[in-house]
Amino acid sequence: MQRSGLQEFWSHRELLFFMVWRDLKVRYKQTALGVAWAVIQPLASTLIFFLLFGKMAKMPSDGVPYPVFVYLGMAVWTYFAGAVGYSSNSLVNNSQLLTKVWFPRIIIPLAGVLSLLPDFIIAALVGFVIMIVYGQPLAWTVLLWPLLLPLVVLLALGASLILATLNVRYRDVKYAVPFLMQMWMFLTPIIYPVSKVPEQYRPLLMLNPMAGTVEAFRTAALGGRALPWPALGAALGMGIIVLLLGLRYFSKAEREFADII
Amino acid sequence: MYAVSVHEICKQYRLGQFKQGDTMLREAIVSAFRGRRGRGQEEILHALSGVTFDVSQGEVVGLIGRNGAGKSTLLKVLSRITYPTSGSYTTNGRLSAMLEVGTGFHEELTGRENVFMNGSIMGMRKAEIAGKIDQIVAFAGIERFIDTPIKRYSSGMRLRLGFAVAAHLDPDILLVDEVLAVGDAEFQKKCLDSMGEMRGGGRTVIFVSHNMAAVENLCQRVIWIDKGRVHMDGPAQDVVRAYMATFSSAQSGAADLAAINSRVGTGEAKFLGTDFLDRQGQTLNFVRSGDALTLRLRTHLSEMIPDLHVGVEIRNEMGLMMAASNNWMTGPSLVRVPAGDYNFDLEIDALHLMPGRYFLTLWLKGPDSRNYDLLENCLIMDVETSDYYGTGRGIDPNFGMMFLPARWRADSRLSGQP
Repeated sequence: MQRSGLQEFWSHRELLFFMVWRDLKVRYKQTALGVAWAVIQPLASTLIFFLLFGKMAKMPSDGVPYPVFVYLGMAVWTYFAGAVGYSSNSLVNNSQLLTKVWFPRIIIPLAGVLSLLPDFIIAALVGFVIMIVYGQPLAWTVLLWPLLLPLVVLLALGASLILATLNVRYRDVKYAVPFLMQMWMFLTPIIYPVSKVPEQYRPLLMLNPMAGTVEAFRTAALGGRALPWPALGAALGMGIIVLLLGLRYFSKAEREFADII
Repeated sequence: MYAVSVHEICKQYRLGQFKQGDTMLREAIVSAFRGRRGRGQEEILHALSGVTFDVSQGEVVGLIGRNGAGKSTLLKVLSRITYPTSGSYTTNGRLSAMLEVGTGFHEELTGRENVFMNGSIMGMRKAEIAGKIDQIVAFAGIERFIDTPIKRYSSGMRLRLGFAVAAHLDPDILLVDEVLAVGDAEFQKKCLDSMGEMRGGGRTVIFVSHNMAAVENLCQRVIWIDKGRVHMDGPAQDVVRAYMATFSSAQSGAADLAAINSRVGTGEAKFLGTDFLDRQGQTLNFVRSGDALTLRLRTHLSEMIPDLHVGVEIRNEMGLMMAASNNWMTGPSLVRVPAGDYNFDLEIDALHLMPGRYFLTLWLKGPDSRNYDLLENCLIMDVETSDYYGTGRGIDPNFGMMFLPARWRADSRLSGQP
């Protein structure tokens, strides 16, 4: 009775639900501020960049108040970086499960990526409040956010599959990921607008799938301009490629997880 | 139609290349440059080397064998946790593996939440767990604490909860690793009973245990695994008896251990021999219940050992561990021990074992629980009865598993009576 990976996954969908639910329940247990941490992170970074770049360096922000500009990008980025950081350690953190019971392994990193979504939703809602405070009208295109979100999940999952698999063998990943994410953030137009990037480098910038994605989220909320469709298309294409590569690498390596973790 | 059919399964582990613990990218890069990735250089551990057997539907089969014989690896292969290097197997029906009690328990979740989590991990449906939760809680006997986070539970409560979930799984095939070895006696009995019920229910069970009494009691058929192969396969009583007989070929009393070749381990540290001594350091010719006793372990270290752990385990004739001691538990720690010959003395204040035959297992381990030298049941210790209480009545082995260093005091009005 050989069942395909997809069938196996489907028959374990409840376990995916329980894993996400466990991560959610446990994340802010015994913290004083609880779920407020979902907002503190992007808020604090926004404040710092506002003081450094907005006030001191007078960074332009496409005519939008700089804190609004940064926060919107930062909310998306915080989810992405958090999901990749959390999920890339998920296999190692769940080694107890990997060595004691079988289930489709992909549930572990997938649950990690999904379990941070509620944090993002809270951070996004706070973002809309900030826009109101700054008198920035919310464009109707903000309704596209739920359609853009799967793209970020896709990118985060693809990256996580590769990093989590590497992490099983090489614990270097644990140390490299935070650093990698920091580098990646500066290569993404979060604290600076794309318009500030010299024209000839812009196509290069768009090789970063998160660049088009963050830009799209921000434009959708602020309105007034067309969404960066070509960049979005490129991000989607790259997202799919990374995910397929990740799935391939993961499913080849998962047979050995229990032996080498 | 067999429930489980295993054909020529081999499992090899590569040692050295990826040791336990954190592997660093640096090591891989360095070894790639040195060209050490050649397969011939790697140390290969053959955990299973060609295991074949079939289990019919409804059979309850015991797997026995010494530590490191491959029993647990076999269960891990059958439960899909690890993949065989070669060979194949088929299973027919829903399979659950219990290699541990309470897999996936999280400290911060309540008992109830953990039942759902653990049940789901073990392959139960949400609706199924919801339907059985009351039974599970009642089985564990922790109704009052079911909505308390399990970090407040005692280890016994956790175990009971984990076992309660497992007892309510409803697989066609159940694989159980030695999980009964833990927990209090009363609960162990309850679990054995519930496993006995499984036998009635037409369920196929493969059961690993060192508890020969339990194996004989629960299984019709026993497979004895030795050095990664099926050594014997047959009716429970015959196989258990043959297995126990190998214990008796162990040596007794002061022994030369250097020549034993059934040892497991990497050999940087080795046992040479043992002596039973009294408090004055004189060799004892016999050991009695209640005696003060020093067990001297003579060892040889062929190189500096960064962190040495020495241990002794005492088992009775049924294979049940009666007592154990090691310096990791008790101190002193033995750090950076240079090469050489050393004696390690286990000073036992009073041997509270019933008269009878016991088997000693000796080990020398490193901090990552790698074995330098493991000698299982290598020594027989025959404990004679003694007039411990000075009443001339001796210690009677029929009264329990151990005896207490205790005395009676009668009501003071009765003192002075003849």
